[in-house]
Amino acid sequence: MTEILTKTDPATRGLVPLPHAAARVLLLAGGAATAASAFLAWTWTSAFPGDLTINGYPGGLQWLTFTAGILTVLFALARYGTPGLGWLSPTGNNAPVVLSALGALGTTWFTVIAIATDLGGLTNLEPGAYVAAVASLLPLLAALALPQQGAGEQTAKETLGHYIAKAERIPAPRATAPWIQRLVITAVTIIGLATFTYGIDTEYGELFIGYLFVVVFTLWALHTAGLVDRFSALVAGNRSFTLAMGFAAAIAFPFTQTDDHYANIGVNILIFGTVALGLNIVVGLAGLLDLGYVAFLGVGAYTAALVSGSEFSTFSGVQFPFWAAALSGAAASLIFGVLIGAPTLRLRGDYLAIVTLGFGEIFRIAVNNLDGDSGPDLTNGPNGIPAIPDLSFFGYNFGESHDIAGFTLGRFANYYLLMVLIMAIVVLVYTRAADSRIGRSWIAIREDETAATAMGINGFRVKLVAFALGASLAGLAGTVSAHVTYSVVPNPYQFAGSTPPNSAFLLAAVVLGGMGTVAGPLLGAALLYLLPEKLVFLQDKSLLAFGIALVLLMRFRPEGIIANRRRQLEFHETGQLDVPDTTTLTDQPAVTKTGA
Amino acid sequence: MTTQTTPVLEARDVTMRFGGLTAVRSVDFTVNSGEIVGLIGPNGAGKTTFFNCLTGLYVPTEGKVSYKGTVLPPKPHLVTQAGIARTFQNIRLFANMTVLENVLVGRHTRTKEGLWSALLRGPGFKKAEKASEDRSMELLDFIGLAHKRDHLARNLPYGEQRKLEIARALASEPGLLLLDEPTAGMNPQETRATEELVFAIRDQGIAILLIEHDMRFVFNLSDRVAVLVQGEKLVEGTPQVVQADERVVAAYLGTPFEGAPGADEVAEVEAAEADADTATPTATADSTTSTRGESQ
Repeated sequence: MTEILTKTDPATRGLVPLPHAAARVLLLAGGAATAASAFLAWTWTSAFPGDLTINGYPGGLQWLTFTAGILTVLFALARYGTPGLGWLSPTGNNAPVVLSALGALGTTWFTVIAIATDLGGLTNLEPGAYVAAVASLLPLLAALALPQQGAGEQTAKETLGHYIAKAERIPAPRATAPWIQRLVITAVTIIGLATFTYGIDTEYGELFIGYLFVVVFTLWALHTAGLVDRFSALVAGNRSFTLAMGFAAAIAFPFTQTDDHYANIGVNILIFGTVALGLNIVVGLAGLLDLGYVAFLGVGAYTAALVSGSEFSTFSGVQFPFWAAALSGAAASLIFGVLIGAPTLRLRGDYLAIVTLGFGEIFRIAVNNLDGDSGPDLTNGPNGIPAIPDLSFFGYNFGESHDIAGFTLGRFANYYLLMVLIMAIVVLVYTRAADSRIGRSWIAIREDETAATAMGINGFRVKLVAFALGASLAGLAGTVSAHVTYSVVPNPYQFAGSTPPNSAFLLAAVVLGGMGTVAGPLLGAALLYLLPEKLVFLQDKSLLAFGIALVLLMRFRPEGIIANRRRQLEFHETGQLDVPDTTTLTDQPAVTKTGA
Repeated sequence: MTTQTTPVLEARDVTMRFGGLTAVRSVDFTVNSGEIVGLIGPNGAGKTTFFNCLTGLYVPTEGKVSYKGTVLPPKPHLVTQAGIARTFQNIRLFANMTVLENVLVGRHTRTKEGLWSALLRGPGFKKAEKASEDRSMELLDFIGLAHKRDHLARNLPYGEQRKLEIARALASEPGLLLLDEPTAGMNPQETRATEELVFAIRDQGIAILLIEHDMRFVFNLSDRVAVLVQGEKLVEGTPQVVQADERVVAAYLGTPFEGAPGADEVAEVEAAEADADTATPTATADSTTSTRGESQ
């Protein structure tokens, strides 16, 4: 082994001293063994959730180990240039293999450790668990033995960095027919929906963590392989088709669910995501830091509750049809947005943030006090407005289950579909507003308010429009949320709490997902809703964990998970990356025309 | 040159006081259509304050500024709306917007599609967007940046950023363009290119007011030059008149203390500079004493 090592060219050595042939074989064998170990029994008792006791059939977390093992094998075969798999690793770099092996290792070892700690001791592990633990270690070792530029010359830390670095130059894909591109987008949408559904449907925290391991590392592997970039390019070329597929997937979600509980999670994510997207107009486009945004959701919810016909409402006799309730909710939020915005938007930066924080709290305290005791009777104070009746469209009662084409749609599934419609409206409003004269002036204001004013932009007016538009979109979402939750109470509409939506979480969803993008806040909202929901054991420490996660994100990816092109360039000095492929950089002096 | 008598910009008796400090004292100033007027003065002479009075950032304590006969509103965006566009001394582009988007923002005052039309996307909206884009591309073509329309502004070289700022200002279809030190930080070639650009803009019928420190640039370009010293207008006239005026020389170089600064004195200084390091502090000391008004 050592003599081969001394003979190898130092530039193409691996970090782990193994002959290349052996490393390649070990990688495949290790990946296969990891996948195979999922078929063994890992523990003796079914006390650990998912029942990992059966030889010959994987259960629960073992499925994740199996998937990760298979993915490692696939990435390894692609790395070796196996015909038919070249698309999976366009540059043949090591990173996808290393990262997928890490994913397999992570989920397997997490499972083994979770069994030992949950059940109280290593004695609860069957031999299969040890096999899995060792097998999942092999592909990582083997992957690190693959030749890598810089190994042996630089420190181990730098070399490791090379091993997981994204390919520098991703070759442009061959031109494909439009129908193939659409097929790819459809396939990715289906896989995405399946993955997302699996994540929502995880029944216990351990499974969700294992799922996170696999998903995060697989996405990272795909990113380093350059496939995410390729897919983005594909999406850019088929924007409306992708959007349609996205909504089709969103609509399909409740039909994949058998339990209405998960549709409930879905509808809450949608409400949260829609409000985050509205906030994105204010924060992401216009650059106004609003720390009291959840108040507008509250205004919408209270307005809808007041006109819902609930017997506890002050106007208990009034029952607006939903479209009228939605419009009045949006209008009430709009009015509040203008009322709050008009005096505060003359402030800049931090001052605005503090004032909006104050106004957000004022809303909550005000509705707490409008109970007829300390103020006029409007909101029933802390008791809120309960017993909000379900919506009914043309005899379709949202409160009841309906059977459609063999699928049962429960109460939450009905609201989920309504919320998809509302989100579609908000996405449309966002994209259209962003790409227009007003959207450009928002961005200009964010970039440099003085220069924007000198270009003739009435800063105050434009900011007020952004503020009011954001507020009314939140109000619109609030009207649905009032019906979903049966009742509205003042408490959720606070600045920070352990459950979304609150102002801090909304802002975090925007920042975490990616400011100024459509998909970013939706993804951020999904993550921020699912994590506290699934990781029940974090309950009292969820804010702490959340803070740590945000700090780490700001350190390593300040532009958010989904980066807006502008943001990406703002935070990473990437030189001329934005130069479109089609332009040619000529050195001719650009003045030639002016002399004419 | 084309010296018509219709005034584009008229400042009458403009005074600007900050508390007890009078930064600008009863300045009369006119820019006629088709004219390039230079405004010079030592640092701290009140040029920028005067400039800010013209662009609506400050409301003059006394006097008034009118554009084509109407008194200017005291808000920068309304001034731009009225037809006065400006560039900034330290470039203030929208760094994270593309070149084209920067110019499109400049079109803001000449378009009026609001939020509703953006949401509804009627034919009027599309037509207006198309017209804005066409006009912006024309301007980019004019300054020679059309091939970089999709670059981010921050990635342009310095000279091109200056040009883009001018294109952005031109996009608002101004009748008067205020250029605040357009050649600051430029090399001689770029300065010459800017000269050509300014002439080309003038030839489109846009009056230009320049604030500049590069004397050769100002005197080459301007039809008229006004000198501002300690908040007051000292001289105004053709470049020849201003260059010959002793008070201007005095304002910039200080009053001659030992006879007139002759050619032999210049030669002496040059010799000293070229000579050795020991001579440098002397030269520096000389220049500091001579530039009396020079203070940031």
